[in-house]
Amino acid sequence: MAVFPSTAGAQQAERRLRNSGRGDGRSPAGGAGAGAKGGRRSQRAAYLFIAPIALGFLVFYIWPLLETFWFSFTSFGAFGGNSWVGGENYERVVRDVTVGRALGNTVLYMVMGLMTLPVAIVLAELMNRRGLRGVPVYRALYFMPFVTLPAAVGLVWNWLYNGDFGMVNEALSWIGVDGRYWVSDPSTAVYAIGIVMIWSHIGYYLIIFTAGVKAIPRDYYEAAEIDGAGPLRRFFRITLPLLSPSIFFASVICVINSLQQFDLIFVMMSPENPALGETQSIVTLFFKWAFDENSQGAAAALAFLLMLLIAALTYLQFRFQKRWVHYA
Amino acid sequence: MPEPAPVTPAAAAAVATTRDPAAPAAAASGRPARGRRFDPASVATHAVLSLGALAMIFPFLWQLLTAFKTMPEAVRVPPTILPEAWNWAAFEQVFTAVPFAEMLTNSLLNTAGRTLGQLVFCSLAAYAFARLQFRGRNLLFAVFLSVLMVPPQLLVLPQHEIMMKLGLLNSVPALFLPGMFSAFGTFLLRQFFLALPRELEEAARIDGAGPFRIFWSIMLPLVRPALAALAVITAMWSWNDLLWPLVVNTDPAKAPVSAGLISLEGQFMTNYPVMMAGSVIASLPMLLLYVLLQRHFVQGIALSGSKG
Repeated sequence: MAVFPSTAGAQQAERRLRNSGRGDGRSPAGGAGAGAKGGRRSQRAAYLFIAPIALGFLVFYIWPLLETFWFSFTSFGAFGGNSWVGGENYERVVRDVTVGRALGNTVLYMVMGLMTLPVAIVLAELMNRRGLRGVPVYRALYFMPFVTLPAAVGLVWNWLYNGDFGMVNEALSWIGVDGRYWVSDPSTAVYAIGIVMIWSHIGYYLIIFTAGVKAIPRDYYEAAEIDGAGPLRRFFRITLPLLSPSIFFASVICVINSLQQFDLIFVMMSPENPALGETQSIVTLFFKWAFDENSQGAAAALAFLLMLLIAALTYLQFRFQKRWVHYA
Repeated sequence: MPEPAPVTPAAAAAVATTRDPAAPAAAASGRPARGRRFDPASVATHAVLSLGALAMIFPFLWQLLTAFKTMPEAVRVPPTILPEAWNWAAFEQVFTAVPFAEMLTNSLLNTAGRTLGQLVFCSLAAYAFARLQFRGRNLLFAVFLSVLMVPPQLLVLPQHEIMMKLGLLNSVPALFLPGMFSAFGTFLLRQFFLALPRELEEAARIDGAGPFRIFWSIMLPLVRPALAALAVITAMWSWNDLLWPLVVNTDPAKAPVSAGLISLEGQFMTNYPVMMAGSVIASLPMLLLYVLLQRHFVQGIALSGSKG
């Protein structure tokens, strides 16, 4: 597991590298010394090494980013060519009620996504029990949904949620609860999708937290046990505070990922589903505007709104981490 | 995972004897031994964990069982657990209903293209950023990192336009072309290259090796674990990716299974055995890869966090 170098190690290596670089730079300017020659040669090599990916980035990432920005101020003309419309697209994004609903749903997905974290923390703590057998098997099973393609996951869950023949309703009938059409009922669809989201991401966060929990020295727990601290107290007083850096990392990732929620919603909600509007996220709405309604300009503006939202929430999380994250 | 050495009942009894004269009787009655074997807390832990594990794999089991049922049996209420007769009809039907074999091939090519591309392009750039000196290195690296932070949705529209202009819409290269270049992959590999000892390169240089030879024969083999982690994670994202294929390849014969399954859903809205059979086949390659290369998946996941 020690393959990943610690940050400290990386920094040290970097410093060494920079120093040696400075050394190369100091070699006589006009000199034909072996060092200078090697430096120039490696300089040229470096550009060759980077050229392919730099070209790819320029064509597929950096240029598109600039173009999206340009798109967001234009309207796509019927006869080709974009015409400048100023802030019109942004105005639509701010005024459109469907955006408000999609934003609300997206925040709801985020809240449900964050609920995965406590579940994963408790599971990681349980699996950390000393001498517990079968932990690798548990971990493998919990991680399986995350590896499976979202399209297949969505289809299977739609089948389980089916209002007429679904297993969920069948299981509920055993305990005398009436079933319903989970994914086409506007009042439940968004939660039905949320449950699948949680289900498929537990294994992912479990891995992050398992690494965090394992890094806590056993001695702490043993000392606490001798002092008479029960399992709950040990969990709240030792595990949670010492796990807080992992929790912080996971929550940043979780917020970013759940704000970009698309796959499951797209697969689980067919276009004629009456609950579609109730489950639409920012990204599914973006897809609809861009490729079904051909209003690329407004879609681009919506995408920028999403980026701002992600940036703002990430900034806030970093801002408030001092309040609760304890770095040992 | 090293487990702590278990305390044998005999040892426990021995410790007890020295402390408490009444202990041997307790040891003889088997109390310490039983306490260890039927530890109620441990049983409770297993109960919770197995219940959760069941919830994790039940949808997979149900998918598999449904795939073997006939349509009338699949929609029967109450449902049968095991199929009355195991029939393979749904598995055959998937291939005739939609161009499923082509979709699987497209997925395979997409995954291979992206993964190979990333391994080549990212390792070259990562090595240069970690080990070589050149003007503008820090600035360039900052640009690479900022690519990492841009949500992929923001780029989809112009990327689609580029593919259209290149005449690549509804082609397999359109699936993997942008995904061959990854800021995340570069960043990940750079971290590993940074940690390698500098002396190796110096020795090779003295022996007359050029920069590419040093990279290829000496440094690259040393970061093999990182390459493996990047490869499996990239393969997973590529196989499972949905948004981009939906954007560039609308022709089912040119779509990967991730998007093709949806065309199956449209056509076979109610034929659950066929849909489940399709889902099983489409998920199988990644599940197999995961079972075989679990360690690299876990490592890649622990290191990544966001999609590559």
